[in-house]
Amino acid sequence: MYAAVDNFPALLIWLPLVGALLAFFMRSEAASKNVSVFFSLLALAVVGTSLFYVENKHQALNQVSYVWLPGLESSFSFILDGLTRTLCLLTAISFPLIFLFIPVGKYKQPNAFYGLMMLTQCGLMGVFMATDALVFYLFWELALIPVYFLSSIWGGEKRIRATFKFFIYTFVGSLFMLIGIIYIYLKTSGSFNLVNFYNAALTNQEQGWLFALFFIAFAIKMPLFPFHTWQPDAYEQSPTPVTMVLSGIMVKMGLFGLLRWLIAMLPAGAKAHQSMVFILAVVGMIYASLIAIRQDNIKRLIAYSSIAHIGLMALGVFTFKQVAVTGMVMQMFTHGINVIALWMVADLIERQTGTMSMKELGGLAKKAPNLAIFMLVFAFANIALPLTNAFVGEFMIFSGVYDVSAWWAAGAGISIILSAVYTLNMVKNVFYGEVATVAQGFVDIRPMQSFVFVVLTVLIFFVGVYPGPFLSMIGETVTLIVNKLTGI
Amino acid sequence: MNSILVSVLWGVLMMYAGFLTKNKRSMTALAVVGAMAVLIFNALEYMGLSLFELDTRGMLFYNPYSFIFLAVMHAALLIYFLLSGSEIEELSAAPSDHYALIFFVMSGISIIAGMKSLLMLFLGIEIISIPLYVLAGSDKSNLKSNEAALKYFLMGAFSTGLMLMGIAFLYGDSGTFYLEGINMGATEMSPLKAIGGVLILASMAFKVSAVPFHFWTPDVYDGSPTVFTSFMATIVKSAAFFAFLKLFDGAFGKIQGQWQLLLSVIAAFTLVVGNITAVFQQSMKRMLSYSSIAQAGFMVMGIVAMNLMSKQGLILYFAAYSIASLTLFAVLAKLKDHSIEALNGFAKTQPLVAGVMLISLLSLAGIPLTAGFFAKYFILVSVLKSGSMYWLPILAIICAAVSVYYYFRVIQAMYFREAGEGSAATPAFKGSFKVLMIVCAVLILALGIHPDWLMDLL
Repeated sequence: MYAAVDNFPALLIWLPLVGALLAFFMRSEAASKNVSVFFSLLALAVVGTSLFYVENKHQALNQVSYVWLPGLESSFSFILDGLTRTLCLLTAISFPLIFLFIPVGKYKQPNAFYGLMMLTQCGLMGVFMATDALVFYLFWELALIPVYFLSSIWGGEKRIRATFKFFIYTFVGSLFMLIGIIYIYLKTSGSFNLVNFYNAALTNQEQGWLFALFFIAFAIKMPLFPFHTWQPDAYEQSPTPVTMVLSGIMVKMGLFGLLRWLIAMLPAGAKAHQSMVFILAVVGMIYASLIAIRQDNIKRLIAYSSIAHIGLMALGVFTFKQVAVTGMVMQMFTHGINVIALWMVADLIERQTGTMSMKELGGLAKKAPNLAIFMLVFAFANIALPLTNAFVGEFMIFSGVYDVSAWWAAGAGISIILSAVYTLNMVKNVFYGEVATVAQGFVDIRPMQSFVFVVLTVLIFFVGVYPGPFLSMIGETVTLIVNKLTGI
Repeated sequence: MNSILVSVLWGVLMMYAGFLTKNKRSMTALAVVGAMAVLIFNALEYMGLSLFELDTRGMLFYNPYSFIFLAVMHAALLIYFLLSGSEIEELSAAPSDHYALIFFVMSGISIIAGMKSLLMLFLGIEIISIPLYVLAGSDKSNLKSNEAALKYFLMGAFSTGLMLMGIAFLYGDSGTFYLEGINMGATEMSPLKAIGGVLILASMAFKVSAVPFHFWTPDVYDGSPTVFTSFMATIVKSAAFFAFLKLFDGAFGKIQGQWQLLLSVIAAFTLVVGNITAVFQQSMKRMLSYSSIAQAGFMVMGIVAMNLMSKQGLILYFAAYSIASLTLFAVLAKLKDHSIEALNGFAKTQPLVAGVMLISLLSLAGIPLTAGFFAKYFILVSVLKSGSMYWLPILAIICAAVSVYYYFRVIQAMYFREAGEGSAATPAFKGSFKVLMIVCAVLILALGIHPDWLMDLL
């Protein structure tokens, strides 16, 4: 593990880690922030560069393996393929934007704050790129620990209870996954490597209950109904930058796990549980949408809306169809961008008015027309209107689901209609109508915030209008995964 | 055998040190030198340099595994003296007596490490236990300490009786005290052997505080002076487990199928009772007592599996658990108030010590990148490897999740809560103490990132 760093995956692990350590030891807030922005931009540059080196002849650049524990038959192995590249890109784009968005002086002990954020980034990159099950587990936990501290130290009033619930939930899930990993490891020729895991000789019955062990871990992380109860509290109580990481990137860990570590590894188990997951996903989508409609608190509304979107993505995975799975990977990326954008708007409103209740808000568009325009764009993206990025993914998922059964597609479609109801309702209540008393002194967005919003808007429209390159990048990896399921 | 001799000689030397000097600091220094000497001489014997040869008729035999175990124990002793020496000094006018007793315990542990005969088992266990009765009651003016000593003595004597009875039955069955002799030929369980085995199992379960023989543990650990609780809960407990392991591997290895289920039930109850009870504790000292029962449950699982992996894993477990608990107890011994609330806002006033405690707690909870994760990992793998008992690891991980609850309560107090009226005035920690704490944290992390460093020795 001490070899020269001459490939993308290693850089993506080391850069955030070094950035985290440096940020932690900086004395002033500005220095910590600058170090974090700098290193996360470097990571973005690395991911960006890697997009031009996707061919097979560059394999050496995209793959890395260091011997870690020969006695344990585990090694630090990472890979950058179409699937991981998408998620690493999302991570690498989000972190600098989030850092730029954080106002100066908002958080006490800023060096620890930025250090932990960078550590989270390191953990996320590791989760997405790991091709060794033990290393995957390691980073899975590594991503969780800093987030737990971030939320518990800088969160809202009820932070300790809410984040502890979140921690216990995910920790229990990951322990189940650990048992599954060990069991499969003992069935392989003695290695934690992903390829060996794919080739492990498992009977259908074993696959059935191994599926349950892994699925619980991933379903808690996503979260899928009925494992979602930690989520609204955690999103509401965490400091907003952490909520953005949680809902924008971290939930993708669970969805990503489904693709790489579940359906391709346990195809028979996945097929056997297809209808169960469909029921959970569709019920969860409608349930979450109905609750979102009833919410008065903007943060909780976005949280429940997020559950509904995640349900749709889980639905896409379990169609086992090329088009739907590709759309779902696409959607992982776009949902990350959109939900981070929504949180940013929510945070701007809360910073100035001190409330998240829609009853107390209103008429912000008169005071802040620019913010209102951006919010409209983000809201449309959240509803997946054509030309926005989410449309592409949702359309592909729906066409796959429709292939499985029109009834499921109809059920999931209800939730999309409902999403328009609550999203537009929120925009109406907050931005239009009479100017509320709390919004009297509301100021429009500042240059740095506009810059962040412009970047997000460009991403939304660019991906929405020209998704081709993304789809071809994702498609290749998805084919490999889907092919594993066709023989069963 | 070096380590028996050096431990005993140093124990005697410590006794006389009380006559030579009244300076407590120099007594501690002498004890630290002694711990180093035991460590070095044990290592020398491992490399082939024995101080003396003695024909023990095969009753004592040291293989590399025993040496590594002893090295871990000696290293833990050294850390213990360095971290908690000043508390031992404070406790009485003549700390050299206490040091002497601790060295005598170490000689008992050295006997356990090499035992091949039930006689040595008995001898070792008794040499370990008797000085501990004294140490438990060493805070003479404190009623709770007196109670702890009496309770420990009565219960300990009773369990020793059980063990003797068991040894007698086993001797009656096989006509030998040698573990191999008992193991040989016997693929069937005779009634005498069954009775003897169960009696010995009960007494060993008592020594490692496995449920349902755990009732003494919280009271004794809570009542004893914290410095000695630290010693009992870490080094002594690991030694008792090593005896447990050696006995069941050596004498009952062939009939593993006969006792595996019984022991797995004990492991399950130990895990459940230890973890659930720990959740309700308000005092950190009592919480750590119950957590030591909970951790014992995991270690019993290693004995249930009884394969190469679990033997390796247990050594790592001893190391991980001992270092983490030693640091926590060392801080606790310096605090006057042992309630968890007393630690509110501790991270603000003592960021460094709190950081090391954080790492220790994460290690005890089994979070990756700490030694505790791989300790638990090896035990889980070994149980899954032995096949058939899949319910036990599942139960164990649920219990591990429960354990997060009470370990993280301490973390929450230290990091997320503001110092209020309840929090105790934090003592001033010396520079040397802090340095040593950092060393412990580095050890925990090093074993968590690269456990092969220890495992390769085995």
